[in-house]
Amino acid sequence: MTGEQQLKYTAEHEWVDADGDTATVGITAYAAARLGDIVYVELPGVGDEVTAGSVVGELESTKSVGELYAPVTGVVTEVNEEVASSPEVVNSDPFGAGWLLRVRVTETPELLDHAAYQQLTGEA
Amino acid sequence: MTDRENREPEPRRSPLHEVHTSEGATFTDFAGWTMPLKYRSELAEHAAVRTAAGLFDLSHMGEIVVLGPEAGAALDAALLGELSAMEVGRAKYTLMLNAEGGVVDDLVVYRTGPDRYLVVANAANRETVAAELRSRALGFAAEVQDESDDIGLLALQGPLSLDVLSEVGGFSADQDERTEQRFVELLTGLKNYRFLAAWYRGHPVLVARTGYTGEIGYELFVAPALLPQLWRAIREAGAGSGVVPVGLAARDTLRLEAGMPLYGNELTAATRPQQAGLGRLVLADKAAAYVGREAVEGFDGSGERILVGLASEGRRAGRHGYPVRAGEEVVGEVTSGALSPTLGHPIAMAYVHPDAVARELAIDVRGTALPARVVPLPFYKRPDRKA
Repeated sequence: MTGEQQLKYTAEHEWVDADGDTATVGITAYAAARLGDIVYVELPGVGDEVTAGSVVGELESTKSVGELYAPVTGVVTEVNEEVASSPEVVNSDPFGAGWLLRVRVTETPELLDHAAYQQLTGEA
Repeated sequence: MTDRENREPEPRRSPLHEVHTSEGATFTDFAGWTMPLKYRSELAEHAAVRTAAGLFDLSHMGEIVVLGPEAGAALDAALLGELSAMEVGRAKYTLMLNAEGGVVDDLVVYRTGPDRYLVVANAANRETVAAELRSRALGFAAEVQDESDDIGLLALQGPLSLDVLSEVGGFSADQDERTEQRFVELLTGLKNYRFLAAWYRGHPVLVARTGYTGEIGYELFVAPALLPQLWRAIREAGAGSGVVPVGLAARDTLRLEAGMPLYGNELTAATRPQQAGLGRLVLADKAAAYVGREAVEGFDGSGERILVGLASEGRRAGRHGYPVRAGEEVVGEVTSGALSPTLGHPIAMAYVHPDAVARELAIDVRGTALPARVVPLPFYKRPDRKA
């Protein structure tokens, strides 16, 4: 796993770990904590085309619903099946075992670096 | 330009705010107060109340005292039910109605003396309830005092709440602190919707067997200055029993499973008691005139939406404001919904047109139809309670 400092971020609280043309995507610890205990995760299907900035999934806690935005444009190559059966993993390990999907990237918009994301969440 | 008058007032803080911070609380603004939303995990807090016990800070609730020789008669004229006929030491769940028969607030009324009552109102309705009680008590030998700032409130709820409360040192049956054992005996014999006027370290405390979770539990009314000490004493007594502090997030899922209405969701100024399944509170043979009587007794419920429980499969829940459909037709609306932590499936309370209750229903979850069947309320009954 890449350190949080090396990851890229969106203003909608996704993190992106780019490795060649593959990007692993999850939500940040900040977003997971704000949602509360996550009880349901809906992810796109493998093979789905996703466009940066569009809603591709949902995360629900008992109290609220959070939308998952695609941080990059490309094709979904893998989704984390474990979070479907054990959504609490997103709370306990959002940057690791709680990853959500992998995308073969065709286009990456400008993303935030760690310092910029921390500034956004007021944690700098 | 300064716009001080338009600025939102600073939310108020509980006397326990620092205690909550040290307990790891995440806060939320609720009805003008900053209160704990959760401490660590709202699901763990919910489970603790169902299996052990949970401690709640309810400092935001309104406490209004009505006193005087005609306090009971004044409450009869102001609220549903016959509060004048209630014995000292008992509590009653009731409603304040407006002239149209709609609900101003849902309340628990405690008779604390022959000429004295304690009315507990929702935080958001405190001022309204106090003002309405004052105006409705005019002409009676009764006085209304909003004592919300001088009365603190904790709740300990769950199957182990009696064991834990019995272990908390400092309670006594009367002012003589040697009556600690007598207090435990009285507490053990205390039945649902009864309360004790007791003492905690030389200060009066009202210990009531009331609550908002569907479990056996207690609510403790004390001076706000005593709250931190009492909180810590209960936490210490409960440390070995799995007692945890519980925030508003779990409070909401607990009361939802127990089928208890939340003002603003299931009850509003436009809701008649009969629609909310609270018609039992309207006493046809009540002697006194009261605000809303004509409207509520003349209410023709046919064709008016009624409150039902809905259960679904899977893990995705309907939520406040989502439409309920029968086929393409919108026949109702969800007022509260969540994945039930205890039952493991989605539950919701919804107002549904009576003709549609027997039809195949679905909740419109952001464009996806979630099939839902009507089930009796409450969704959850504690295991020792007879059906």
